[in-house]
Amino acid sequence: MIARILALMIALCCGLPALAADSADLPGLIEQLPTRDYAAMEQTVNAIAATGDPRAVRPLQALSDGDLYYRKSDDKVVIAKKADTGLDLFEPLTGELLENVGKRDARRIGINNNMRRALRGALGSLTLLSPDRDVRAAAAQALFKSPDPGAVEALGQAIGAEKDEAVRTAMEEAQAASILLSDAADAVKIAAIRSLSERGGRDAMSLLKALPESTPAPVLAAATEGIDAIEAELALWATAQNIYYGISLGSVLLMAAIGLAITFGVMGVINMAHGEMVMLGAYTTYVVQEVIRQHAPGMFEFSLAIAVPLAFLVSGSIGVLIERTVIRYLYGRALETLLATWGVSLIIQQLVRTIFGPTNKEVGNPDFMSGAMEIGAMTLTYNRIWIIVFALVVLAMLMLVLKRTPLGLQMRAVTQNRRMAGAMGIRTDRVDALTFGLGSGIAGMAGVALSQIDNVSPNLGQSYIIDSFMVVVFGGVGNLWGTLVGAFSLGIANKFLEPYAGAVLGKILVLVAIILFIQWRPRGLFALKGRAVES
Amino acid sequence: MIMQGLIFRAFDRGGMIFLGILFGAILLLALSNLMLPPDHTLHAPTYMVSLIGKYLTYALLALSVDLIWGFCGILSLGHGAFFALGGYAMGMYLMRQIGDRGVYGNPDLPDFMVFLNYSELPWYWYGFDMFWFAALMIVFVPGLLAFIFGWFAFRSRVTGVYLSIITQAMTYALMLAFFRNNMGFGGNNGLTDFKDLLGFDLQDDGTRIGLLFASAMALALGFLICKAVTRSKYGKVITAIRDAESRTRFLGYRVDRYKLAVFTLSACMAGVAGALYVPQVGIINPSEFTPANSIEVVVWVAVGGRGTLYGAVIGAILVNYAKTYLTGALPEIWLFALGGLFVFVTLFLPRGIVGAINGSGEGSDGSGKGRQMLDRLRRWRSARAVGGES
Repeated sequence: MIARILALMIALCCGLPALAADSADLPGLIEQLPTRDYAAMEQTVNAIAATGDPRAVRPLQALSDGDLYYRKSDDKVVIAKKADTGLDLFEPLTGELLENVGKRDARRIGINNNMRRALRGALGSLTLLSPDRDVRAAAAQALFKSPDPGAVEALGQAIGAEKDEAVRTAMEEAQAASILLSDAADAVKIAAIRSLSERGGRDAMSLLKALPESTPAPVLAAATEGIDAIEAELALWATAQNIYYGISLGSVLLMAAIGLAITFGVMGVINMAHGEMVMLGAYTTYVVQEVIRQHAPGMFEFSLAIAVPLAFLVSGSIGVLIERTVIRYLYGRALETLLATWGVSLIIQQLVRTIFGPTNKEVGNPDFMSGAMEIGAMTLTYNRIWIIVFALVVLAMLMLVLKRTPLGLQMRAVTQNRRMAGAMGIRTDRVDALTFGLGSGIAGMAGVALSQIDNVSPNLGQSYIIDSFMVVVFGGVGNLWGTLVGAFSLGIANKFLEPYAGAVLGKILVLVAIILFIQWRPRGLFALKGRAVES
Repeated sequence: MIMQGLIFRAFDRGGMIFLGILFGAILLLALSNLMLPPDHTLHAPTYMVSLIGKYLTYALLALSVDLIWGFCGILSLGHGAFFALGGYAMGMYLMRQIGDRGVYGNPDLPDFMVFLNYSELPWYWYGFDMFWFAALMIVFVPGLLAFIFGWFAFRSRVTGVYLSIITQAMTYALMLAFFRNNMGFGGNNGLTDFKDLLGFDLQDDGTRIGLLFASAMALALGFLICKAVTRSKYGKVITAIRDAESRTRFLGYRVDRYKLAVFTLSACMAGVAGALYVPQVGIINPSEFTPANSIEVVVWVAVGGRGTLYGAVIGAILVNYAKTYLTGALPEIWLFALGGLFVFVTLFLPRGIVGAINGSGEGSDGSGKGRQMLDRLRRWRSARAVGGES
């Protein structure tokens, strides 16, 4: 310590030019920074980095950020921050506040782009030895993104000292990336390429692709091999991502179609107002969130949990209302039902447009629905994941209701033989109303989910109605498993066609495929068998 | 002999009255537009001529739907697609007639192709500079689509709501396709800025009247064809298919062929309607393919009374007049009114306006009431029976 102060004093007293003090320790080196000779400055920075002293990070970072100044009165190097009046000066190594000076009392140490690169490398190699694991990991990442041949040795040192497995791997990859840019021997470079291609990912590939033409042939060959390997791996990830997108779209279709599968499948009723039930669910979410915003902002995280049962009730009761007032007079006349419910859908749409206006309403995502996680090269957004989960849960619950409750038993009985069920004392008209209410209520719950990923507008339902009909028809009427399979296969088919044919053409191809499929199996994938289907 | 029989059958009393009213009204309209000075109270402005002309093409479309729905029980929710295809064929001819008078003044390419950087005319535009070719395509393209679609669908016995849903999917797919810019049909702007048709200026009053007469002629012809078809032996089989498809099949009739023929005929009629529609409104774009449009057509027929032919015409004109009036005067109300109409008609007027008038009126032969009663009974029983089995 005393020696350092001495050196500093000597340096200050003599006012030596920066170049002179090669062997000086850290504070001395720092005092050599203010110079216009960038080559010299780079040497100084490298020398600072070579000390491996973690305290050096602060001044170098400040230099890189343009916060390193020198005091005009005594040429002392300081870190300066703009204060209310003038500049606050800090000691570069410890960061303690020295004094406040006027703006003109200190001058910034200018750097150029070359210097910035040198600084990055120096900072990288310095932070590689930091006692903090996260700092080391971040440093290795940074070096991988912008490799620096000068950091190879520092990385080697760091790898030797590293105890943490993950950080060491990251460092090895960063070292491999740096080696590629250095003038190391071919064999070393080839080994580095191996290590890079094992890592995979777009960054590694762009590193390999960036190899200059003049690279020796064996290295280039290894690089091409590595690129191929990475590309194959990336293609695999892209497929996985497509499947995920497909499942996600499928879950949306599933949500929209489950309710339809009940009303269409179980009751034989074509409910063209089904999309509007979905839309009402989405608007319920909107209203719930508005009320929460105004009266209990803290409850926002629970808005969806509140909206789901409410949406079920709203859509469900409107469904029962429609059934009691319109549909029950039309049983057995499927085509007329189609027209009447279409009329109902127009009325509901216009009603919502009159009350809420024709524009899109903003529905917020609670925290647990926003953000994304990364698996390999895939990005999975949380809202999509939750919707997949939600769709499957709703399907499972619906199956439970159908198989394990008295209502479900009665529903199945009425589906199979209405007159016999009536003769056994089941009130078939009540079962009809409840079934329709159940289907509509599920559509309302789908609306809550869709409000998280789609625009909430009066036209929301319209955009799903044809797709959900396709799902039900494809999967086979009256079979929930069919609906599940139908939704996911349509979703995945859509997403797989998209990269090749474009979104619109992909959709057209799927529609045409379904039209052709219906010719082959007029009753869908999982058709009910028996005489009942013929009517 | 057969032809004579057909024509004779077509001109029954109702048909004659219908045609008389149609042409009487058109003639009056034309006279009041052309002869009376513009400030006269009875003068019909040109926009009204075009509006009535538009209604007549809608009526022809409704007629084509009535032919398959009312008489054969095929509920097509995609008839707007055939209408729009006919319209596009006409639109392509009209585009070619613009020549170098477009904004870009390119004699070889329509404006939108210049805009989208086409270097040459796509092959499927060849021939559309000739009217006879376009006229052929107006009937041929919708007919071909209907033939292919129907051939697949009827052969594998896709019926009822399944057929309705896949026809809807068909028009939806076509809508998506025509919205694409690189389809070569103008993307979502469609085809517009037409100048003239067969050398006549489209903005000219005389041309408008001419188009009105052409629409009326087409409607009359369509009506006569439908009448002749439904009253022939072939028409009886069609009706039999509507009422008891399986039974007709077991009697030895090739149900799929009958259906296919009537479906294709209906699509051709819809195509002609679309072709006449386009020059009168001056634009054709992919929104004509919207499934909602096709469903609306079905409502016109339902309102007028299906299975009556002239009911479809009345329904189309009435509903569209209401639409023109309401969307102008009370735009908020229109969808309520249309939606309410759907529900009201299906619940309370299952046979439409014509059916209600024929049924509840005293009836010339006194059998009206009895027939209605029987019909109700039959409907009630069939509803019970079907409801019980499904």
